[in-house]
Amino acid sequence: MKSLRRMFKDIAQYPSAIAGVVLILALVALAIYTVIAIPYNEAIRLWRGGEEVWGDYPRLAPPAWTNIFNKEKQPSTIVRNSSDLGSGVTKEVKPIDETMTDVIFTYSFDYDADVFPQEMIVFITAKFEEKGPFVSMFWITPDGREIRLGEVTAKASETYRFNQDDRLLRRLKGVVPEVALFADPEKETPTVLKGTYQLRIDAITFEEDSDLEAKFVSYGTVHGLAGTDHRRRDLTVALLWGTPIALSFGLVAALVTTVTTMIIAAIGVWFGGVVDDLIQRITEINMLLPFLPILIMVGTFQSRSIWVLLLWVILLSIFGAAIKGYRATFMQIKEAPYIEAARSYGASNWRIIVSYLIPRIIPVLIPGLVSGVPAYVFLEASLAVLGLGDPVLPTWGKLINDAYGNGALYNGQYYWILEPALLLMVAGLAFAMVGFALDRIFNPRLREV
Amino acid sequence: MAEATLPQISGVETPQKKKGPGSWAKLARYTGIKLITLFIAVVIGIYLTILIANMGGYVDEILKGQIRESISISVSMDPSLKFLSIEERNTMINARVVLEEKRLGLDQPFLLRSVRFLTRAITLNLGRAQHLASDSGSKLVKNIILERLPPTLLLMATSNLLLFFLSLFFALYLSRNYGTFLDKAVIAMSPFSSAPAWFYGIFLLLLFASVLGWLPFGGMVAAPPPEALGARLLSYGRHLILPVTAWLISGIFSGVYGWRTFFLIFSMEDYVELARAKGLSSREIERRYVLRPTMPNIITSFALMMISLWQGATILETVFNWPGLGRMLFRAIGLYDSPVIIGSAIIYAYLLAATVFLLDFIYALVDPRVRVGSGGPKS
Repeated sequence: MKSLRRMFKDIAQYPSAIAGVVLILALVALAIYTVIAIPYNEAIRLWRGGEEVWGDYPRLAPPAWTNIFNKEKQPSTIVRNSSDLGSGVTKEVKPIDETMTDVIFTYSFDYDADVFPQEMIVFITAKFEEKGPFVSMFWITPDGREIRLGEVTAKASETYRFNQDDRLLRRLKGVVPEVALFADPEKETPTVLKGTYQLRIDAITFEEDSDLEAKFVSYGTVHGLAGTDHRRRDLTVALLWGTPIALSFGLVAALVTTVTTMIIAAIGVWFGGVVDDLIQRITEINMLLPFLPILIMVGTFQSRSIWVLLLWVILLSIFGAAIKGYRATFMQIKEAPYIEAARSYGASNWRIIVSYLIPRIIPVLIPGLVSGVPAYVFLEASLAVLGLGDPVLPTWGKLINDAYGNGALYNGQYYWILEPALLLMVAGLAFAMVGFALDRIFNPRLREV
Repeated sequence: MAEATLPQISGVETPQKKKGPGSWAKLARYTGIKLITLFIAVVIGIYLTILIANMGGYVDEILKGQIRESISISVSMDPSLKFLSIEERNTMINARVVLEEKRLGLDQPFLLRSVRFLTRAITLNLGRAQHLASDSGSKLVKNIILERLPPTLLLMATSNLLLFFLSLFFALYLSRNYGTFLDKAVIAMSPFSSAPAWFYGIFLLLLFASVLGWLPFGGMVAAPPPEALGARLLSYGRHLILPVTAWLISGIFSGVYGWRTFFLIFSMEDYVELARAKGLSSREIERRYVLRPTMPNIITSFALMMISLWQGATILETVFNWPGLGRMLFRAIGLYDSPVIIGSAIIYAYLLAATVFLLDFIYALVDPRVRVGSGGPKS
């Protein structure tokens, strides 16, 4: 307990180590929050679900806070749903005769961004027996112009994409609807006319029980805290879930390999002879095993699950180069008089290894363990970049892989790569800084220089 | 303590005779022994690689597929068999496949077969690729790999040599001026080495290729390659800048820090103090009393670094589209081209062994204990 307090006191002398500890604690807190707020199954659904999960998100949109740095304000996504009457949507029902009814939806919204939206879609779900309702749509600009959009005979589920209506495009003289509908007619260059816009959907139903709902989505060019990817998915989910995965992968791999390696080194030194020779030779052969290609083979032939790969990482790292370092230290300890004393009072081999040899190596072990974490965190990312990421879970490495594979660097979607990369960097640096300080604390010889 | 921070890589077994026949003969003998032990280690390593690769029975599947393919082709191309109906031809193919599998011993137990595959792997008889082909059109895994080796070696040699000498001289400079601002800055930066080279590569690409547009996005030479030799070399150089820089960023801080600390520890030894008292110039002290005795450890740590960096090269090449082994492996993963994946694992085992051997050899050259033969370093 006392030595622990002294250790904390020592750490406090290194500002970078304090920063590292704070960062690690923050990451752990984030990881715990993530696992509680978005349970595993929910995360999988959010990341793998399908269009109904992310259909209302824009494609490849940078995070909304980038607007702080933009000269021109980028629009967010605007959603108006007729099932949610009152919030900018009104519904009016006018019977025409016994069977036919005129249903009028009016959607109004304020548009004050400087940039045109990404695209606009109206999703219609209709209820009918034989003949679907006939829907015509009108656009009303803030200066009072009314533009006829298009007409559709709704099926049970109908999607009207503004920019795929050729007749509308012809009516707008070849200017894409996202621009033409929002542009100020007075200006030469297309400029957004700010104000309250209205979309009127005029539907005529032909059956007594026939009804319909319509949702209007104007996709923005920025989205949420983290932006979206090429499949419209919200990156926040992957960034959040990457945290517990990276931390657990790094910590488990570092902890298990360091401790096992140390125990093996201790056994080798204590028993010596054939055992020691065998351990030495295995270490040398293990050094020749191509670590990454073997992991790649496992990933390709056996399983891409991150936990299977973790198992192999541990298996391949146990007889790592670190054994030689521990061995050298154990060799010195073995000659110490108190070991001689233990032997003379008849302590068993295991007792000496567990109670006398191993505790002495903890000062070497802990810095090595903490410094080892970043390597494994980055290893997971490296495997993901090679396309061997976990098939189900979203991780930081997989985000980088997705972004890189979809040309984010070439197309200027930097947020897509930078967000996971910065998180990786923070996680790596935090452990490296703490490990570095611990190394200096436990090795007084390093402290002098 | 020095040995604890910079662990020895080799369990060097040196002859324990009291008086050797001469240092060069010693060296030759040492080299020979080292080669043999290393070869045995490589054989075991490759055997383990094969065992791992075969966990889903993949090596056998590859072989069987190749046999069936070549027999089907030879049967369908044979004009004397044209008159046969499809069924007759199929039974013929099946009969020949069984025969061929028997000839290759595929009906034998796995233990025997794995030994056979081992001999093929050691002689680089790696079979045929399923999808990939070399630029010259060959489908032999050996040819594909050999064609990809020079670019990898170019990238690795440039990066590692630069890294080695830059960090060595920088570390020497810092150990002379320790406690200065620059020294403290390098110490503070050393955690940055925890990120691999490809990671910095992405940042460099973003900055210099995408935003500024000064340097190419990747590849080894402009397309089409310039005709004139000078222009072509310049193009190689331009393409090398970013990957090499990424490599340097990820390696240099920890390298400089480690060696600087090491030099400082060594320059506190009594004999260095004595040399200083004798009035030797600091350059002389550095060369004779600091660098000379630390050389084996420097080389060892360099070897360890290089071995750990081999794997980083795979992804660095992928990120920079460098046409080397790493990118080939990446493409092979994408296409599930198992013979190429297994083949490159074997090649990497060889490359690692070559690295270990080369560095052991240099080690023997610079370590007087090995040359004089008074027992190896107490690893």
